[in-house]
Amino acid sequence: MKVMAQMAMVMNLDKCIGCHTCSVTCKQAWTNRTGVEYVWFNNVETRPGVGYPRTYEDQEKWGGGWVRTKRGRLKLRSGGRFTKLSHIFSNPKLPEIRDYYEPWTYEYDTLLSAPQGEHTPVARPMSLLTGKAMQIHWSANWDDNLGGSTETMAQDPILKQMSEQVTAELEQAFMFYLPRICEHCLNPSCVASCPSGAMYKRAEDGIVLVDQDQCRGWRMCVSGCPYKKVYFNHKTGKAEKCTMCYPRLEVGLPTVCSETCVGRLRYLGLVLYDADRVLEAASVEDPAELLDAQRSVLLDPHDPAVVAAAEAEGIPHDWVLAAQRSPIWALISTYQVALPLHPEYRTMPMVWYIPPLSPVVDVVTGSGNDGEDARTLFAAIDRLRIPVEYLAGLFTAGETAPVTAVLQRLAAMRAHMRNVNLGAEQDPRIAQAVGMTAEEIEAMYRLLAIAKYEDRYVIPAAHAESARALEETASGCSLDVDGGPGMGGGGRFGSSSGRPVRAAVETFHALRNRQTADTPAGATPTRVNLLNWDGNGAPPGMFPPEKGQPGYGDGPEAHA
Amino acid sequence: MTTRDVLLWVVVPYVAGAVFVVGHLWRYRYDRFGWTTRSSQVYESRLLRAGSPMFHVGILMVIGGHVVGLLVPRTWLEAVGVTEHAYHLVATWAGTLAAVLTLAGLAILVYRRRTVGPVFLATTRMDKLMYVVLGATLAFGTTATVMFQLLGDAYDYRGSISPWIRGLLTFQPDASLMADVPLAFQLHVLCAMSLFALWPFTRLVHVFSAPLGYLTRPYIVYRTKDDTHLGNRVPRPGWERVERPGSRR
Ligand code: HEM
Ligand code: SF4
Ligand code: SF4
Repeated sequence: MKVMAQMAMVMNLDKCIGCHTCSVTCKQAWTNRTGVEYVWFNNVETRPGVGYPRTYEDQEKWGGGWVRTKRGRLKLRSGGRFTKLSHIFSNPKLPEIRDYYEPWTYEYDTLLSAPQGEHTPVARPMSLLTGKAMQIHWSANWDDNLGGSTETMAQDPILKQMSEQVTAELEQAFMFYLPRICEHCLNPSCVASCPSGAMYKRAEDGIVLVDQDQCRGWRMCVSGCPYKKVYFNHKTGKAEKCTMCYPRLEVGLPTVCSETCVGRLRYLGLVLYDADRVLEAASVEDPAELLDAQRSVLLDPHDPAVVAAAEAEGIPHDWVLAAQRSPIWALISTYQVALPLHPEYRTMPMVWYIPPLSPVVDVVTGSGNDGEDARTLFAAIDRLRIPVEYLAGLFTAGETAPVTAVLQRLAAMRAHMRNVNLGAEQDPRIAQAVGMTAEEIEAMYRLLAIAKYEDRYVIPAAHAESARALEETASGCSLDVDGGPGMGGGGRFGSSSGRPVRAAVETFHALRNRQTADTPAGATPTRVNLLNWDGNGAPPGMFPPEKGQPGYGDGPEAHA
Repeated sequence: MTTRDVLLWVVVPYVAGAVFVVGHLWRYRYDRFGWTTRSSQVYESRLLRAGSPMFHVGILMVIGGHVVGLLVPRTWLEAVGVTEHAYHLVATWAGTLAAVLTLAGLAILVYRRRTVGPVFLATTRMDKLMYVVLGATLAFGTTATVMFQLLGDAYDYRGSISPWIRGLLTFQPDASLMADVPLAFQLHVLCAMSLFALWPFTRLVHVFSAPLGYLTRPYIVYRTKDDTHLGNRVPRPGWERVERPGSRR
C-alpha cells in the first residue's frame, strides 16, 4: 500500500442553477487574456446537449482517455508512444478552435466614433482570430437551457448511445446543468500523452499541471484528455489547463469556482488513496465494475492502518486529519451519493457528482403528485427510465443500478426531512429502504443542505515551511508576463517569449485576513489581483480613481 | 586565396556557428517559455495534415543525407563497402525524393500561412524571415543538384565542400577548397550559414527538443517539492531550508 493524498471535488447537481458565475470568475482569474479567449477552464453545459467542445464525449472521434487491450493492459486510445511520435507533425485527433467556438469581441468603438446619421450605430462582432467581422454561429454554451437544442441535441454523444424513441420524448422530460473543470485524474491520460514530460501530477496533492517552461507545443495532451480539459494557447503555443487554483489551495482557500458558486454546491477536500492499486482498478475488464473499483482505491482515513501508512509516507498529520474531516470521503464512500464523470474513460477522475433528483421531482410534481413523498418518488425513479439511463451514461458507464441507488437515497432524504420539518411522525421504513438510519440521513442532509463554508471546504494549507517562500510572494505582480494572467510586458521574440515569473499569491496573512473579514478589504497598496478577490466589496485599487480623487491621472494620459 | 575567400569561407562560417551555439544556450537560459513549435494546427488542420508531415519527413531525410555526404569521409564509406557508384545512386534518387517532399511540403505550408487568415495573423516577422532564408537555402541546394548532379556531369562535392566542412569542424579551416566550387553551391552554403545564424532566434529551436525521451519514460509523471524546490523557485543562497530536528522529510 502506497498512500497518497489527492485534492478532490464533489458537485451537487441538484443545486446548480446554471448561472455560469463559476465560469465567469474562473475566466477572470485565469483565462482573461489573448491566446486563450476561447478557453473556459470551468464551463457549465446544459444536458442533454453537445457540450464544450462540441461532442467531446465521442471518443471514437476524439480519441481521448484509455482503452483496455485484450491482454488486460491499458493503452492510450489514440495510440501508444510510437503512434504518438509518428503523428507529431500533424495530430489527427486535435480539435480546432472552431470545435470550441470562434472567439469574438464587438466593434465597440463605432458606438462612439460613428458620425451622426439616420441610423443608430451598431457594434458588429469581430473575430479575435482573424480580426474580421464575423457571424456568430456557436459559443461555449450555445445550447444553454436547451436553447436551439432541437437542431443539435441529437448530436449529444450520450443520447446517441440510447435508443431512438428516447430522443423525442426527452425534450419535454428533463434538463439539468453539468459544471465541469479538469478532473485532476489519478490516471491522467493527458500526462501520459505529453511527449516532452512537461505535464505532471503533484505528488503532494495530486493536482495536474503543465510546466510552462518545458511544454514544447506538441499538442498531444489536448487530444489525450477525454474531457478536453487541456487547451492550446494559440498565442504562446503552449498547453494550459485548470490549475485547481493551487496558489489558493496552498494557503487553505477554496478554488475561485467553488468560492463564487451561487448554489454553494461544490465541496473540496482531501482523499487518501492507494497509488499501487490505481492501475489495477483502472484496468478492470467490465466497465460496469469500474465504479466500484474506483471507489475501492480510496482509503478509509479513519482506519488506523491507513493513518500509519500515510504518516510513514510523509503525509503530514494535519493532512490526515483533514482527510478524516473531508466532505469528499463522506459523499463518495460514507453516503455513497457521489459518482465519477465517465469512469469508462479509465482516467480515474477526481471531480465527482451527486446526480440530480430534480428531473424526477419535476415530473412527479408536474403530474400533480406529491414530490416529497417517498413512495411516489421511488416509484417514479423506477418508472422514469430516460433520465436514469441518461445519468447512467454520464456517471456509471451505462449501469443504471448505482444511479437508481443514489437517487433513492436523495428521495429518501427529501421525504424524511419533510417529516422532520413538519414535526410529523417518523416513518422508519424510509431510511431502511435505502439502507441507512434516520441519524445517517440527517447527517447527510446537514452536509448536503446546510454545510457551512468550513464544512464544504476542508483544505489544509501546504507545507512549505520556509521564510523564502513567503519572501518571494511580496515582489511585484508575479503574473505580469505576456500570455500570463497579468498581461503586462512583451517578449523579445514576440508574444510568446520572455521568462515568466511563476504564479504565486501575495501574502498568506493578507489573504487570510481579507478572506475572513466582514468589511471590504482594507488599504491594499497596489492594484487588485482578481485571483485573490473574494467578492467582498470593491477594495481600493480595483477601479482607477475618479476625476478629482487623489491618484487620478497618474497614468500615461496625465502627461499627454 | 583572396581575403574575400577567407572572409566568406572561414570567418562567416565561424561567426554563424558561434551565433548558433551561443544563441541556443542563451535562448534556452532566458526564454524557455518561448521555446515551442508554436503549432498553428488549432487554426487549421486540413492543409497542415498534408504539408507538415511531407515537409518534415523530407527535411529530416535531407539532413540525414547531408550528414552522410558531408561529415563522413569517402574512404570510411568505401571501407564499409559503399562504392562511389552506389553512393551516387542513392544520393541522387533518395535526394531527389527528399527534395520533392521538402519543397512540396514547404509550398503547402507557405501557401497555408499566407491564405488562412488566423495563421497569417499569427505569423511573426521572424517567421517570414526564416521562411525566406529556409526557402532560399532549399532552392539553391535544389538548383545546384539539378544543374550538376541530374543534368550535368556530377560535380564531386565530396572532394571540395565536404573536406572544407570537416576542416571547419576540426578547426583546420581551408578556404581555398571552396574557392572554385560552382556558384550555385556557394550560394547554397552561404544561405545555410545565414539560416544557422538565425536558427536560435526562430521557432526552429523546436528541432532540438525532439521528444525521444517519450519512448522510454513512464507514462504518468509525478513531481514533488523536493528540498531544492520547496517554494516556487530555487532558494537564493542564504535562504535554504532549516532542517528541523526530528523531521521526517
Ligand atoms: C526533429 C524532429 C522535428 C519535429 C518532432 C518537429 C515537429 C514540428 C511540429 C509539431 C510543428 C508544428 C506543426 C503545427 O502543428 O503547426 C513543426 C513546425 C515546423 N517545423 Fe518542425 N519538427 C522537427 C524538425 C524540423 C526541422 C529539421 C525543420 C527545418 C529545418 C523544421 C521546420 C519546421 C517549420 C518551418 C515549421 C512551421 C510549419 C508551419 O506551420 O508553417 N522542423 N515542427
Ligand atoms: S481531466 Fe484533467 S487530469 Fe484528467 S486527463 Fe483531462 S486534463 Fe488530464
Ligand atoms: S456558480 Fe454554481 S450554481 Fe452557478 S453555474 Fe456554477 S456551479 Fe452552477
